[in-house]
Amino acid sequence: MIPSVAPAPLQRKNALARFSAHRLFASPGGVAGVIWLAAIVAASLTAQWWLPYKTEDQDFTAVLSGPTAAHWLGTDELGRDLLSRIFAAAAGTLGTSLITVIVGVGLGTVLAMLAAAAGERVEAVISRVTEIMMSLPGTVIILAVIGAVGTNIPLIMAILGVLISAGIYRVMLGQAKSLQSQLYVDAAKVDGVSTPGISLRHILPGLTNTIVVQSALIFAVGMLIQAGLAFIGFGPPIPQPSWGGMIQGASQHVYDAPWLMVPTGAVLALTVLAANAIGNALGKTPNATSSHLPSAAARRRRASVVAAVGAAPVAAAGTHDAAAKGQLSVRGLCIGVDGGTPLVTDVSFDVEQGTVLGLVGESGCGKTMTALSLLGLLPSGVSVTGGQILWNGKNLAAATERDMEGIRGRDIALISQEPMRALDPMFTVGYQLTAAIRRLRKTGKAEARNEALSLLEKVGIVDAERILKTYPHQISGGMAQRVAIALALSGRPRLLVADEPTTALDVTVQAEILSLLRSLVKDTGMSVVMVTHDLGVVADICDNVAVMYAGQVVESGRTANILDNPRHPYTLALLAADPHANSAADMPERLATISGQVPQPKDWPAGCRFAARCQFAGSACATPVPLLASGSEEGLVRCVKADELAVEGLEWLATEVPTHRVLKIVEKDLA
Amino acid sequence: MSIETAERQDTAAVAPEQPMLEVKDLVVRYGRGRKAAAVPAAVDGVSFSILPGETVGLVGESGSGKSTIGKAILGLQKSAGGTIAYQGEDITHAGAAKRRALGGELRAVFQDPNSSLNPRQTVGASLAEPLRLRGVTAAEAREKSEAMLERVGLPREAVDRYPSQFSGGQRQRIAVARALICDPRLVVCDEAVSALDLSTQAQVLNLLADLRDERGLSYLFIAHDISVVQFLAQRVVVLYRGQVMESGPAAAVTEAPKHPFTQALVAASPVPRPAEQAQRRAAREALGVRTAAAVAVSPGGCPFSQRCPLATELCTSERPALRKVGASDVACHYA
Repeated sequence: MIPSVAPAPLQRKNALARFSAHRLFASPGGVAGVIWLAAIVAASLTAQWWLPYKTEDQDFTAVLSGPTAAHWLGTDELGRDLLSRIFAAAAGTLGTSLITVIVGVGLGTVLAMLAAAAGERVEAVISRVTEIMMSLPGTVIILAVIGAVGTNIPLIMAILGVLISAGIYRVMLGQAKSLQSQLYVDAAKVDGVSTPGISLRHILPGLTNTIVVQSALIFAVGMLIQAGLAFIGFGPPIPQPSWGGMIQGASQHVYDAPWLMVPTGAVLALTVLAANAIGNALGKTPNATSSHLPSAAARRRRASVVAAVGAAPVAAAGTHDAAAKGQLSVRGLCIGVDGGTPLVTDVSFDVEQGTVLGLVGESGCGKTMTALSLLGLLPSGVSVTGGQILWNGKNLAAATERDMEGIRGRDIALISQEPMRALDPMFTVGYQLTAAIRRLRKTGKAEARNEALSLLEKVGIVDAERILKTYPHQISGGMAQRVAIALALSGRPRLLVADEPTTALDVTVQAEILSLLRSLVKDTGMSVVMVTHDLGVVADICDNVAVMYAGQVVESGRTANILDNPRHPYTLALLAADPHANSAADMPERLATISGQVPQPKDWPAGCRFAARCQFAGSACATPVPLLASGSEEGLVRCVKADELAVEGLEWLATEVPTHRVLKIVEKDLA
Repeated sequence: MSIETAERQDTAAVAPEQPMLEVKDLVVRYGRGRKAAAVPAAVDGVSFSILPGETVGLVGESGSGKSTIGKAILGLQKSAGGTIAYQGEDITHAGAAKRRALGGELRAVFQDPNSSLNPRQTVGASLAEPLRLRGVTAAEAREKSEAMLERVGLPREAVDRYPSQFSGGQRQRIAVARALICDPRLVVCDEAVSALDLSTQAQVLNLLADLRDERGLSYLFIAHDISVVQFLAQRVVVLYRGQVMESGPAAAVTEAPKHPFTQALVAASPVPRPAEQAQRRAAREALGVRTAAAVAVSPGGCPFSQRCPLATELCTSERPALRKVGASDVACHYA
């Protein structure tokens, strides 16, 4: 019989412990803190067996002595051994501080989880109550309690905890609320998990990190306040040792025996420091500091790579042809993580003036990296490792950051998937648009405003005057994308890089944005590189298309040729898997799928990267496959079997495991 | 298990025509008090039903209230009016205990596979949670979880791993497994495949179709993409600003839409065939549907009247009722 212990919480705890421990011991401060606290606790708990003196033992031969062989840390005014008293007092001080931690963090967390779970009204009540608690002067309350019940240290520390819990509640509430809005909480609600159950199983584990960090900090605060209370005479009753009481005693002999202050003060300071160091180490989220801006080292590395790329001989393709205005020619582009894994290899394509090129593929195929490299906007740690990006004959892959600043926005502009990310929520649309126009066109304020108005009208915004005065959050997603396009147009770019510009929009709005882009291309003669995963969007707007898979172009050419007559198995498969390719009347019972998933860059095979998922793969696919002419106009395809497939007219079939059979086996096992 | 199946057959035999789910005049408002009365209702008098074994697609743009309807059915959102009946039983305001009892039969698959699984729980713990609530022992829950994972095409060893160790498509399979592990009868799929890549989307859609055929499941399939909906659904309900514009058999709604909004929606969905897409684009532009304006519509009229090329004074003053046009119900004065 297997004991019916839920294995999950155990595993969770293990994982958490592993995680926290890992972080704690990664920082020297954390390690030192843990060692110090552990030593103090161990020494204090075992004090009665090893301490050389009892706390009340008086040695009148050595009153107020410094460190001696008999008294390692010296003695106080009554000749009591300091070392013995410090360690005898430690357990009490630490223990009662722990009461503050448990009450404060515990109450604060419970209140936060309650407020997050129970809805607005309960939250409002709890928040008001905690605000009142925070406005009460803590010292006065604690002194009042002492006046009423005497110096009951555990009670005082518990009350201190209650007062501190208001602050903890504030810290926890936001986090608890964001956890409460997670879909897995909704899923648990659908299961019928009770509200307390959800709080315990789904919210609390997410708060653990904050709880641990706050506990360490509150622990330090508790110790300091307790010492402070003892210092002003509200510590444990007199003969009993306490850190604050000892400091107070020492303060009376600060002129005749200054040493007396040192041992107790140092132990208290180090213990507080240890608690803070632990809190600090636990609170540090890994990689929290990695900014999107390249570090100096990264910039130097990039400069050296750029120099190397620039030094490479210009490809055979004559650069003079490419010098026509507004022509982009990418040749053998390679992008990789600095010092290792390639992300994009040997990508080549051309974008003629006034045309739209689609870069299409699934996520993880390198299409966004390729697009960002055109603007020199690769994330830090990723750079162009080879090949050329020829823009009007100039190699952007070898351009310096300063050169790119002159090109970005003016020659080449970007619109991204999330229009709201292109707009700063703090400023009005008008401010952002005129600022961009003034910077990029060097115009005056009034002129820029007129230009902003005409740009907004150009992107199909009817009430441009009103939109200029709005903030980004006041406009819809479709409107925001129009504004983002207007922003991108403010430098009169010759090339627009559009990274999934319609993915986040409704189809009706998507159709409008695509129409807008089409008319802009027609009117201004600019070219567009359109990154998308939607073959319908490609069919709608792209003149040419490059299908990318695992960092390579696997097929490229005229859109009509590729979509109507795909030659590469991956393109075939994508089309077969797309429900849009079928109308309701001839909708297949099962869609074709591609088994497995796009391989990670480190797992790319030497041969065809699609072979592992390909229905037509054979032994010939194990060797590297070049991009060769597919035979239809200027189309290229990277498949050794392309001709064979075209001749035989093979289709990508829906071949999934006959699932009915699998299920039957499973049910039999269960029965 | 066998008792459950027997019971099911009984109910099926007694009332074969009883819908699995019936939503009647559902109204949902966000906010409270005066604030709620001031904004138009998120869901405004929506009615539809789902028969046993049937898949109903709920389509609309963002803000059309389609997800809100799903939430109201699942009890995640309070409704301000109307009724939701599950197998003839009113569950509109069902309490926690009733929900818990329903939890096994009425389940959900959500959009974002990254957020619908608790990152701090193992896949096994997530899958076991609904079973453990129903008194299944840990050992049995684990066995069932492993079997279910295998069913959705993942290795049994996945039970001991964490969601972060899987790709988006695999996580969505796990979410499907979690929804189906306690043998539900109705599953609400809220944009269940919209976050996935084409090939993975096809895998999950096939999986949903297979499971439906094996187990006679009913789905409420909520999506913004009408092509995805038409793959799974027998009937489609088209929403605009919280109201039903058109509902009917999937083929009728998608091939011969009657309502101007449905026509716009179908025409705007691009197909991956350049020549056909060019025609569709021309047809869409010929429709003359106007851009969505931020201005609120007059409460009395048709919510689509502002964008509709056919709108007249009647449309802005009187809300059209749903009426039978061919095989579909259409809320348009001029359909």
